[in-house]
Amino acid sequence: MRIALFVTCLADTLFPEAAKATVRLLERLGHEVVFPAGQTCCGQMHVNTGYQAEALKLVRRHVRVFDPYDVIVTPSGSCAGSVRHQHATVARRAGDERLAEEAGQVGRRTYELSELLVDVLGVTDVGAYYPHRVTYHPTCHSLRMVGVGDRPLRLLRAVRGLELVELPEAGQCCGFGGTFAVKNADVSTAMLADKMRHVLATGAEVCTAGDASCLMHIGGGLSRLRTGVRTVHLAEILASTETGGTAAAPGITTAGNSSGPAHTGEKP
Amino acid sequence: MTAARRTFLGMPALAPRGVGHLRGEEPFPAAARRALADTQLRRNLGHATATIRAKSGAVIGEVPDWQELRAAGSAVKAAAMARLPELLEQLEAAVTAAGGTVHWAADAAEANRIVTGLVRATGQDRVIKVKSMATQEIGLNEALEEAGITPVETDLAELIVQLGDDRPSHILVPAIHRNRAEIREIFLRAMPGVDPALRGEPAALAGAARAYLRRTFLETKVAISGANFAVAETGTLAVVESEGNGRMCLTLPETLITVMGIEKVIPSWQDLEVFLQLLPRASTGERMNPYTSMWTGVTPGDGPQSFHLVLLDNGRTAVLADEIGRQALHCIRCSACLNVCPVYERTGGHAYGSVYPGPIGAVLSPQLTGVEDNASLPYASSLCGACFDACPVKIDIPSILVHLRARHVEEQRERRKVPTAEAATMAAAAYVMDHPGLYAAAQRAARLSRLAGRRGRGLPPPLSGWTAARDLPEPPPQTFRDWWEKRGSTDEQP
Repeated sequence: MRIALFVTCLADTLFPEAAKATVRLLERLGHEVVFPAGQTCCGQMHVNTGYQAEALKLVRRHVRVFDPYDVIVTPSGSCAGSVRHQHATVARRAGDERLAEEAGQVGRRTYELSELLVDVLGVTDVGAYYPHRVTYHPTCHSLRMVGVGDRPLRLLRAVRGLELVELPEAGQCCGFGGTFAVKNADVSTAMLADKMRHVLATGAEVCTAGDASCLMHIGGGLSRLRTGVRTVHLAEILASTETGGTAAAPGITTAGNSSGPAHTGEKP
Repeated sequence: MTAARRTFLGMPALAPRGVGHLRGEEPFPAAARRALADTQLRRNLGHATATIRAKSGAVIGEVPDWQELRAAGSAVKAAAMARLPELLEQLEAAVTAAGGTVHWAADAAEANRIVTGLVRATGQDRVIKVKSMATQEIGLNEALEEAGITPVETDLAELIVQLGDDRPSHILVPAIHRNRAEIREIFLRAMPGVDPALRGEPAALAGAARAYLRRTFLETKVAISGANFAVAETGTLAVVESEGNGRMCLTLPETLITVMGIEKVIPSWQDLEVFLQLLPRASTGERMNPYTSMWTGVTPGDGPQSFHLVLLDNGRTAVLADEIGRQALHCIRCSACLNVCPVYERTGGHAYGSVYPGPIGAVLSPQLTGVEDNASLPYASSLCGACFDACPVKIDIPSILVHLRARHVEEQRERRKVPTAEAATMAAAAYVMDHPGLYAAAQRAARLSRLAGRRGRGLPPPLSGWTAARDLPEPPPQTFRDWWEKRGSTDEQP
C-alpha cells in the first residue's frame, strides 16, 4: 500500500527517530511510504491557544498537501485528532465551507499509527523484538479524541521479549496539554508528578506512548529527577527487530540526560 | 410571509459586575498555585474525587443503554434551548394557573431585589434554604443579610461552608475540601447549641447538624430553593437531593420562593424520565437519589400556601446567542466533569473564582460574565477530554474551551493597538510554518543552538514554567526532513 507520512512538526524537528521508525516499520511490512515535502504543522498549537486565524493558513496548507493521498499515517494521536476533529471546525469558523468539506475528507483518510496497523493493514504482530520491561501511557487524544482503544496494547503484547506492565491510573492526563504546560505550569507539574509516581511504581525501564509530545513531557520530568526510566515512542518499539537493530534507543533524549546509547535492538 | 421589520436591540446583557459570585479576584494560575501548596486540600480532594469516580463508574456500568440515555438527554436539552422563550411562557402560564406567582429577573441584582422584597412582605427575618447554585451565583445570602434577613443553609455540606465562613468548592459537594476533623472544628466553633463533647465520626457530625437544623425547620416560615427541572407543560418544579433537608424546606414553610436559571426548563413530564436516570448516577453515584420532590403551584391545605418562582437570566441569553458555547446551558449540575478533571482534582474549586468550578465552570462562567472578565478560565484545562466522556448530557466541553480561547484572542486583538508578545509569536510561527523553506531554516537554527552550550535549564519566562520541573529535549543532529532528503525519495510538492 502507498502510505503518505504526516510526520508532525514535533517529530520532524525534535524526535525524528519516532518518524524514521514509522517509515522503517511500514517498509518492513512491505508498504511504500511517501513524504509530501510541503507539509509543516497541523496548527493544533495555534487552535488550542486561541489563534484560529493563524491556524487557518496551516489547515489550508495541510489539506492542500495531503489531498492527493488515499491513506495518511501519523505517529501521533494528538495530531491525528486535530486533523480529524479540529480542521473542519477552524475552516467553518472562518466561513470557508469548501475547505471544511475537504478537511473532513482528508481527516477521514488520516490514521494514527496503531489504527493504521490494526484496522487498515490488519496486523497486530509486526515481527518486533524489544527485550525490555515497558509500561504504556495512553495519551488523552489517542484515547479519547481518536479512540485507539486497546490497539497499541495488542501491538505491544505481540512484541517478542517485551514485558508489558500495566500503568496504574493510566487514563489520567500527564499534564502536558500544549501551551497548558507553560500557562498553567504549576498544575501541569502536579499532574506530571502523579504520572511519574505511577510510571515508577510499575518498575518499568521504558514508558511508551503514541505521542512524542506527551513523552517529551513525561520524559522531561523523569530525566530531571534522574529516575533511570526513559520514554520511547511506540513506533520505535515496533520498528525494533532481533536482526535489524533499527531503533535508535535513547528515544526521547533530554539535555540533562547524558546517558549513552542504550538498546540498539541488536544481539550482543 | 411578509418580511418583518426588525429593530436590533443589541446583544443580550451579561451578568453584571459587583454582585454575585461569578468572578474571581485573581487569574486561575495564581489561585491554583496557592491551592496546589495546600497538602490537606490535595489529600481531601484526591480521596473524595477518587471515591465518587469509582462509585459513579460502577452504577453507570449497570445501565446497558447509558450511551442512548446520554444522547436522549443531550437531544432534549438542545430542543428545549431551541424554543426557550416559548417554553418559559408556557411554564409561566402553567405555574400561574396552579396558584403560583412568576417573576422575571434580568440579572443577579434584580433577582436579589425580588427575593428580598418577597421575604420582607412576609414580615419574617429568617429563611431556610435548600442548596441552590442559582442563589449562590447571584449572592443572595449577602443580599438577604444586608436586608436584615438571616439565611440558614440546610444542606449539610452547605451548612459546613456557611458556618465556616467559607466558599463552596464543588457544585454537588460544596465542602469537598474539608475532612471530618476540620468539620468538627467548624461545628464546635460556629454551630449554635452544639455539644462541646462532639466527636469527629461522620454519624456524630451528621447528628449534630440534624439536631440544629430540625429546630430551625420547625420555627421558620419562609424557604428559598433552586430547581433541578421545571416542566413547562404542567408548571411542575423538581428538586432532587439526598438528605431530606430539601423535602423539609419545600413542604414545611408557609412561603416558598424558588430561584431558577431559565435553562432549567424542559418541555414535558416525560422528559424527566431521562434526566432522573442520568443525574443521580452521574453525580452522587446512586441508582436513584433518596429524595425527589415535585410541586405544582399551590395545593390548598397542603404545603406552602404561597409560592413564587423567580426566573433568572443573568447572562444566560448571551450564552444562548453563541452557537458553540450554548451547549453549556445543557448542564444539569451533576458535577461528573469536576470529579474526573485532573486539574480540578488538584486545585479544588476555589481556584476558579466562580461558584461554578471545574470544566463546566471554565466554559460557563466566562460566557455569563463575558470572556474578558474570566479570561484565564478557558485555559485552565489540558484539553484531556475526560469531562466530555463523563458528561451525562454530552456537552463537548473541550471544544467550547477551544472556542472561548479563540474569542479571548479575538477580543484582545480588537482592544489592543500593539499585539501581545504571545500573539506576535504565534503569528510569526504560523508565517514560518506556512513557508516550508523558512520552516526548514528555523529547524536548522534550532539544531545549531545545540552548539550554544548546555541547554534544557533556565529558559526565560514564559517558558521557565517548563524548565522549572522538566528537562528539555536536545535537538537531534538531523531532522527527519533532512534524513528523508538524503534517502532521495521525497514527494515534491509546492
